[in-house]
Amino acid sequence: MKKVLLIAGAFLTLAASAQNDKYLKAMEEKVAAVDSTRSFEGLQVLANGFERIADAEKTQWLPFYYAALANVNSGFFLSTGGKTATVQQLDPIADKAEALITKAETLSKDNSEIWAVKKMIATLRMMGDPMTRYMQYGPIAQQALETARKLNPANPRVDLLAGQDKFYTPEQFGGSKAEAKKLFEDALKKFDAASAASAIDPSWGRATTQYFLSQVK
Amino acid sequence: MCFTNRMRLIITITFLSFLTAANAQPISGKILDSRALPLAGASVSLKDSYDGTTTDSAGRFSFTTTEKGDQVLMVSAIGYRTLEQKINITALPSELSFSLKEAITELKAVVISAGSFEASDRKKATVLSSLDMLTTAGANADVIGAVKTLPGAQQVGESEGLFVRGGTAAETKTFIDGTLVNNFFYSSVPNVAQRGRFSPWLFKGTVFSTGGYSALYGGALSSALILESIDLPDQSSANFGVSVLGVSGGYQHLAKNKKSSFGFSYGYTNLLLAFKAIKQKQTFSTVPVYHTGDANFRIKTSATGIIKYYGYFSANKLAFTEPSIDTLGYDDAFKLANANMYHNLTFRENLGTGWKLNAGASFTLNSDDIDSYLQNSSHQKAIVGALEWKNFTLKSRSHYANAKIVVEKKLAGLSALRFGSEYNYSTELPVYTSSSGAQYRQQVREHLNALFAETDIYVTNAIAAKIGTRVEHSSTLQKANIAPRISLAYSLGKNSQASLAYGTFYQNHETRYLPAAAELQFAKATHYIAQYQKIENNQTLRAEVFYKKYNNLLKTGYSTGREGALNSNGYGAAKGVDLFWRDKKTIPNLDYWVSYSYLDTRRNFLNYPAAIRPPFAAKHTGSIVVKKFLTSRKTGINASYTYATGRPYYNIRYDNAGSKFTIYDQGKTKNFSSLSLSVNYLPNLFQKGAKKFTVLVFSVSNVLNTDQVYGYRYSYNGFRKEAIVPPSKMFVFMGAFFSFGVDRSQDVINSNL
Repeated sequence: MKKVLLIAGAFLTLAASAQNDKYLKAMEEKVAAVDSTRSFEGLQVLANGFERIADAEKTQWLPFYYAALANVNSGFFLSTGGKTATVQQLDPIADKAEALITKAETLSKDNSEIWAVKKMIATLRMMGDPMTRYMQYGPIAQQALETARKLNPANPRVDLLAGQDKFYTPEQFGGSKAEAKKLFEDALKKFDAASAASAIDPSWGRATTQYFLSQVK
Repeated sequence: MCFTNRMRLIITITFLSFLTAANAQPISGKILDSRALPLAGASVSLKDSYDGTTTDSAGRFSFTTTEKGDQVLMVSAIGYRTLEQKINITALPSELSFSLKEAITELKAVVISAGSFEASDRKKATVLSSLDMLTTAGANADVIGAVKTLPGAQQVGESEGLFVRGGTAAETKTFIDGTLVNNFFYSSVPNVAQRGRFSPWLFKGTVFSTGGYSALYGGALSSALILESIDLPDQSSANFGVSVLGVSGGYQHLAKNKKSSFGFSYGYTNLLLAFKAIKQKQTFSTVPVYHTGDANFRIKTSATGIIKYYGYFSANKLAFTEPSIDTLGYDDAFKLANANMYHNLTFRENLGTGWKLNAGASFTLNSDDIDSYLQNSSHQKAIVGALEWKNFTLKSRSHYANAKIVVEKKLAGLSALRFGSEYNYSTELPVYTSSSGAQYRQQVREHLNALFAETDIYVTNAIAAKIGTRVEHSSTLQKANIAPRISLAYSLGKNSQASLAYGTFYQNHETRYLPAAAELQFAKATHYIAQYQKIENNQTLRAEVFYKKYNNLLKTGYSTGREGALNSNGYGAAKGVDLFWRDKKTIPNLDYWVSYSYLDTRRNFLNYPAAIRPPFAAKHTGSIVVKKFLTSRKTGINASYTYATGRPYYNIRYDNAGSKFTIYDQGKTKNFSSLSLSVNYLPNLFQKGAKKFTVLVFSVSNVLNTDQVYGYRYSYNGFRKEAIVPPSKMFVFMGAFFSFGVDRSQDVINSNL
């Protein structure tokens, strides 16, 4: 009888780890693409992929987190190359990202990485119409970033995002390339010091930081 | 041993799983939008599995799955309603095809905008931001001053109020947080427009409706000015201001848990200095002095509920003389003392499952003491034969109470249903004392009850309707009315839309001519509005045509030496075009707007002998407002120019022989124009962590010192006429305002980025 239980147990473990392997394998492949996908369409495909995993798994925060991240990044790519995206384009993407990050948050509370994405969502909403939206979303973005920093001061992505804010804000409005540079350097140090818990935990941003550093030098 | 057996089992399972992998079932097809065009970027997946893909630019998808049997296929795309469809994997057609319906969202949907201008920071399709109200040159930080730069409003300078599309000032009503405000302006002074009582800082949003407004509001034939007060302040702060007009100070406290706040402020205005520097037309024996105080508290009762209180107190007095037009060598003297108190309490809460409650009550107490008389050359009160009527006192006490409750239910998409009730109570007790000492007391008490319901129906993102009805009952008229309202909005493309509005509006007659000789009807206006609007990033174009028909306007007659209400057989009509263009894009860092109104109106009301163009209606009115912020100098420069063609004026007197009112003389004033400039300097702007914030303001109205004529007044016998002009041609304002604890840089960035 004991033996039977043992066999059944081993079998279940095997099945579970098979499931876990499937999850990790599916995630790893996509997480690797987070830093390298650089188009609206590509990021949308990636976001949809993460969302499928998220919906199937239901209890993992990471796929929800990455789905939100890929969505918000796709929004940022709408505004590159001289194009300016409108509120009409950006808000639905931000709504989508917000719904996903809210699900991630119910699975993992007080998570610095999640607050960093919340900051990015607020910034995305602001970008559609900075003039009329600065007052509403500026403080939300700021507060989210501060929360992210407080929850994990070693999170390099917080410095990267803070640096981007300083980089893009006109100097008369409190932006500063020098301060941006300092933040990017801090971010890089933290990237060097960081060791992701697993291959699928958030580790994105190093390449972006290096790109921005090359722009401020 | 059973080990080998187990091995066999595992091998079998592994083999089976390989087998199933080899049996992966392809699923492919096409996703279309509601117009049958391919939808790219849509997510297609099998529910609760990893299997799925994203559609390509042709809307095509293809993926394989190892799932079997009955499954749910999920198709979703941003901006569309998610589709879930049961499919059987083993019996799939080779090509699936689905179409997604667009989700109705606030961003994509048309806005029901006919007739109204919205100034707010939060909603889309707003024409002005709250800060625009403050930084409009010539507006002197008066809500009404800024609103007057929008099309539809007349440039009337001889009396306060908004004269909208051929309507009188009394035809515009003001609402704060939904409830009616009775004494929005300081008490009238002959031939001098008074300011609004409330600071623009109190409000986060403004809707200026030039017609066709919602069934939630009533009692105004022409226009509704709807002001929404701010909720909790962002942080505790103290402020102090000093200007050529006086001093002011206040404190706002935000509780640590950010759930409640309270605040109070006091202002003292004394025009002595200003009148010394800038010569006034009138000779002031008592220079205008105003004391104003206010207090507020705001309490969050839940995540979505808030109770707000605002209380306002003011006392002011003034006295002046000017040469009498009726008798040479004498002066007309006018003294006014006003006390006013206003309380407003509102409650707002989401009741769950899409239900929302808005309730409010306000109470006003107003007291005016007016002393009007002729004064001889030795500054003594004098009674002159045949002009005894020029000497009188008027003591008026008024109480007003208003209550309103609105319940809202969110329906599918953006559709909503609203209904509720409103109650307005007023008592006015004027006591008129003639030169002989005879007293005439009058009391007008009114209970106005209203019920209303309206619904917003969004059929698709491209078409929406607002349909409402309002029923009102007046105790003085002992009558009820039914006022239907309908507006439609239809999208003409990505950023442009067309709107139509129709509605009937009722109003009680002004009480000063009551009681009437005959039974009165509600005064009635019917509005027809068609609008075209295009809002692109940082550019707004609006064009509106309107027709407004008036019925049952008050007619006055003359009996026993007094002009009094006769009947409600007056009538009139107004038609015209309003244009608005705002552009923040073409010239970098420069923001400007242009308004133009064409108005053709005639009416026969009060003592008019026939339907004539009223003296408060100019045919062409235009404004240009320009704002430029020099970030490097931390300085904002604002200019505004307004122009209006001449307005008619009349000498209407009672012809005793013919027993009727007759026009004895008439004419047209010269065209009106005014250029105003203002500069504000913000020395602490962008200083990191600045806890003090300073604003220095310098503004000049009518910089060019243009002669402005608002109209003409006649002596009692019609022998002499005199131009009605502003008290001074040019006006200069200087002030310094400090706040502590608040970095207002964000406000400034917001308005100038």
